[in-house]
Amino acid sequence: MSRRILAALAGQPNCGKSTVFNMLTGARQHVANFPGVTVEKKSGHFKLGGRTCELVDLPGAYSISSYSPEERVTRDFLLFDHPRVVVNVIDASNLRRHLCLTVELLELESNVVVHCNMMDVATRRGQVLDADILSQRLGVPVSTGIGRTGQGREQLAAVMTTAMDQPAKEEAFRVDYGPLEPHIKAVEDVLAEGGDLGAPRRWLAVRLLENDEGARQFVAEVFFDPVRLSRLVAEHQEAFRESAGETVAAFAALARRRLARSLAQAATVKSAGPEKTRTDAIDDLVCHKYLGPLVLIGVLFILYQVSIVWGYKLTNYTWPLLAGLKTFVAGFLPPAGMLEDPMLRSLGLWFMDSVNSLLNYIPIFFLLFFCVAFLEDTGYMPRMAFILDRLFRSYGLHGQSTLPMVLAGVYLGGCCVPGVMACKAIPDDKSRLATILIIPLMNCLAKVPLYILLVGAFFPGDASAAMFFISTVTLFMALPIARLLSSTLLSSLDSAPFIMEMPPYHLPTLRNLFTRAIEKVALFVQKIITVVAAVAIIIFVLLQFPGISREHKAAYQARLDASRSQLDAAVAGSRFQAVLAGDGLLGFLRYEEAYKAARAGVEDAAAAKAIDTRFREENPDYFAILKPRADAVAKAALAGVKAFAQSRDSISIEMRRERLETSFLGILGRALEPVTQFAGFNWRVNAGLLSAFAAKESAVATMGAIYKLEAGGTDNQSLEASMRQGEADFTPLHALALMLFMALYPPCMATSMMIKVQTGQAKWMVLAILYPMVLGIIVASAVFTGGRLLGLDGNTAMWSFYGLAVAATIVAGLIPHRTPVTLPVTAVAGEEAAQNA
Amino acid sequence: MDEDATKDRTHLGAIAPGERCTVARVGCDGCLGQRLGDLGLVPGEEVMVVRNAPLRDPIEIKVSGFLVSLRRCEASLVEVVAR
Ligand SMILES: Nc1nc2c(ncn2[C@@H]2O[C@H](COP(=O)(O)OP(=O)(O)OP(=O)(O)O)[C@@H](O)[C@H]2O)c(=O)[nH]1
Repeated sequence: MSRRILAALAGQPNCGKSTVFNMLTGARQHVANFPGVTVEKKSGHFKLGGRTCELVDLPGAYSISSYSPEERVTRDFLLFDHPRVVVNVIDASNLRRHLCLTVELLELESNVVVHCNMMDVATRRGQVLDADILSQRLGVPVSTGIGRTGQGREQLAAVMTTAMDQPAKEEAFRVDYGPLEPHIKAVEDVLAEGGDLGAPRRWLAVRLLENDEGARQFVAEVFFDPVRLSRLVAEHQEAFRESAGETVAAFAALARRRLARSLAQAATVKSAGPEKTRTDAIDDLVCHKYLGPLVLIGVLFILYQVSIVWGYKLTNYTWPLLAGLKTFVAGFLPPAGMLEDPMLRSLGLWFMDSVNSLLNYIPIFFLLFFCVAFLEDTGYMPRMAFILDRLFRSYGLHGQSTLPMVLAGVYLGGCCVPGVMACKAIPDDKSRLATILIIPLMNCLAKVPLYILLVGAFFPGDASAAMFFISTVTLFMALPIARLLSSTLLSSLDSAPFIMEMPPYHLPTLRNLFTRAIEKVALFVQKIITVVAAVAIIIFVLLQFPGISREHKAAYQARLDASRSQLDAAVAGSRFQAVLAGDGLLGFLRYEEAYKAARAGVEDAAAAKAIDTRFREENPDYFAILKPRADAVAKAALAGVKAFAQSRDSISIEMRRERLETSFLGILGRALEPVTQFAGFNWRVNAGLLSAFAAKESAVATMGAIYKLEAGGTDNQSLEASMRQGEADFTPLHALALMLFMALYPPCMATSMMIKVQTGQAKWMVLAILYPMVLGIIVASAVFTGGRLLGLDGNTAMWSFYGLAVAATIVAGLIPHRTPVTLPVTAVAGEEAAQNA
Repeated sequence: MDEDATKDRTHLGAIAPGERCTVARVGCDGCLGQRLGDLGLVPGEEVMVVRNAPLRDPIEIKVSGFLVSLRRCEASLVEVVAR
C-alpha cells in the first residue's frame, strides 16, 4: 500500500494543536488557504507504520456548528474529505470544555482518536486523569502527552496506526437527547428515504432540528425532497418547543455539554485545587487597573524597538546582499549605452530595484512575525484586547485592533503589510474590516523619508515639533474615520460578540516561533513579490513612454556628436586616436566605471595594486589613459574624455527630464494640476506622488530626480536644498498639505494585495485605495486653500488642524453606537417575576 | 419560583468583581448563545467574576477554572443567581 493516508487534527483553540502538528510532522509542512475562505490550511506528512500519512491541521473550533468560518471549514473537511483518522487534541487541564468538541466529532461518526495534550499543566495544577476510563466511556483510543517537549509522540503514532485499519464501528457513539429522541427518530426516518446521503443520518437529523444552516444547505443538495423535509423539521421543532419550553438548539447543545461534563467527571481522578494558578498571578499584574496599561505600553514599546528599530539596523547588513543580487543580474543584461540604456537593461534594473525595495524589509518582517508569534503563543494577545477594547469599541474597532495598528506604525515607522496580516486575529467581521481600512493611514516606514525631507526643508526651526505633529495626527485622523466607516459602509456587516477565552500563559517553544515566522515571511514573498513585480513593469511603462520624439532624439544625438568631434580633434594623430575610435570610447567609459567600482572602498595598498595590475593586463591602452602619470599625450586624451563625459551626462539628464515630462506619468501629473492646485501641488509633486503607489519611497526618489534635474544636476547639493530651490514659491503651508496628503496616502501595492488576500474580496481593496485618495485631496486642499484664505502660516495651520483632529476624535468617541437590539435578561427576568407575582 | 430565588436573580454584568454566582439561563440563541455555551456558560455552572478591565468594560470571569472575558452588554444576557 503506497497510497497516502489522510489524517486530520481537530481541536479547540489553544489546545496546543499546532504544537502537536509540529511534533508529528517535523518541518515538512505546507501552508495554503482552505478553498474560498481566508482560513489557513496547514498540511504536512510523515511516516506512520511504514506508510505516508498526510496530516491536515484544521483550524481551532469550539464546536462544529456553522457560526464561524473555522467551524464551517472543520465540518466540511470532515464531511467531504473523509480523513481516515481524526486526531482530536484536547487540553488535559480543561477536559470539561474540550470534551464538548470530542462529543460532536463522535456524533459525526469520524474515526476519532483522542490525544490529551498539556499533561504537564494538568499535573502542575494537581489534576490526575484516567485515560483508560476516558477511552472506555468514549469508545475510542486515548493517548496522552506533552506537546512542548514532544513527549507522547510514539504513543500517539501507535494509536493512530491501530485506529487507521480499524473497521467502522457497528454501534456508533450516541448522545442521549431524552425528550428530543422521538423527534430525531421521525426526521431520521424521512432522511432514510434518501438512501446514503454522505453524512451520518442521526447527526443530520439533530442538526436540522437545531436549525443549523450548514446542515440545511447540505440536505438541500443531497436530499430529493428538501421542501417536505424542512416542513417536517419545522413541525417537530415547534412541537418540541411547546412541550419542553425551549428551542431544540438550546436543548441539544445543553445535552451535549452535560454529557461532556459527566465524561470529564468520570475521567478525573483528582481535580485541581482552588489555589491560585500561575496564570492568575500573572493576570493580577498584567490586567491590573493601573499597572496593566503600563505593561501594555512597555510590551508595545519593546515590540517596536526589536522589530522596527533593530530590524532596520539589520537591513544595513542585508542590503549589500541585495545590491549584489542586482549587480549579478545586471551582468546578464545588455551593457549600458552611450546616451540611453537599451530598454531591456533599464527595465531589468528597474525591476530589480522594485523587488529589492521590498525584499529589503524581510529582516524587519522576520523579527516582527517572530515577536508577534511570541505574543500569540504566550497568550498575551487576548489580555491586550481586554485592556483596550472599551477604548477602541467607541470607534467601531476591537480590542484586538491594537496590534495591527502598532505594527503598521501608530507612531513613526511600521509596515502596513504585517499590520494587515495581523488583522486576521480580530474575530469580528465589522471591526476587522474597519481596522484593515484604517491601517494604511498609519505611518509606515516608507512615508518617513518624505516627512523628513519636507520637515527639513520647510520647518527647519521646529523640526521635532513638526515631526511630532505628523506622527501623532495620523491616529487622530484614523479613529474618526474608523468610526465613520463602521457606521456607514460597514454598518451592514456582522459584528460578532466579544467573548474571548483568556488562555493560560504558556512559554512558547523556539521551534514554534521560528516555524511561524518563516511561514509568514514565505507567505509574504509568494503573494506580494509577483504582484509588485507586475506593477513595477506598469509604472516603468508609464515613466518611459511615449518617450522622446525622433526629432528631439536626433538633436540630442547631434549635440553628442559635436562633443565627440571635439574629443576626436583632441586626440587626433596621437596613439590614442585608434584606441578611442568607434566603440572604443564607450568601451573606455565602461572600463573606467568598472575600475571605479573595483577600487571603491579598497584601502589596502597591496589590494589596490593588485586591482591596478589586473586592469592593466586587461587593457594596457585604456589603462594608460586612465592613469596618465607623466605622459602628456595620455593626459590630453583623459582631459578630452572627461569633457566629453561631462557633456554626455548633461545631455542624458536633459533627455531624462524630457522623457519624464512627456511621459504618461508626467502628462497625468499635469492633467491633475487643476484639481491638485487647491492643495498646492504642481505637476512635479503629482508625478512624485503617483509614482509612490508602487512603493512610497519612490515619491522622494522621483521628486528628488526632478528637482536635481531642475537645479542643474549638481549632485552634491542636498535634496532639501534643491527642493527649496526647485520650488522657490513653496511655503511651509505647501509642505504641510503635502505631508497630510502623504499621511492619508493610499496603501502601497504590497499592502493592497494583502488587503485583498485578507478580506478575500477585491472590492475592499478598491475601497482601501480610493477613499484615502479622495480624503487626502480634500484634507490637503482644505488645509492649503483654507490656510491661505485665512492668512495662516504653516505653524498656525498645523496646530489648528491638530486641534480639529483631536476634537473630531473626541466627538466620534462620544457618539453612541446603534447597538443591535438584544433584550437584556433582566427585562425577561422582570417579566417572569411579574407573571409570578 | 419562590420569592427569594427571584430576588437573587440578576445578570452577570451586575456581579461585582470577586463575587461568585451560578448560571441560571443564557438568554440568547444563535451565534452568541453558542459562543457563551462554548466557553462554559452553561446553566448550573459556577462563575466567579475576577475583575473589570481598566476601563470597566469588558469583564473577566472564571468558569470551571478557566478565564473568559466578555463585554458587559453580552454579560447582561446571562441570567445568574448570586451567591
Ligand atoms: N505546558 C505546555 N504547553 C504547551 C503544550 N502544548 C502546547 N503548548 C503551548 O501552548 C501554546 C499554544 O499552542 P499552539 O500549538 O499554538 O495552540 P493551537 O491549539 O494551535 O492554538 P490555535 O492556533 O489558536 O488554534 C504554545 O505556547 C505552546 O508552546 C504542552 O503540552 N504543555
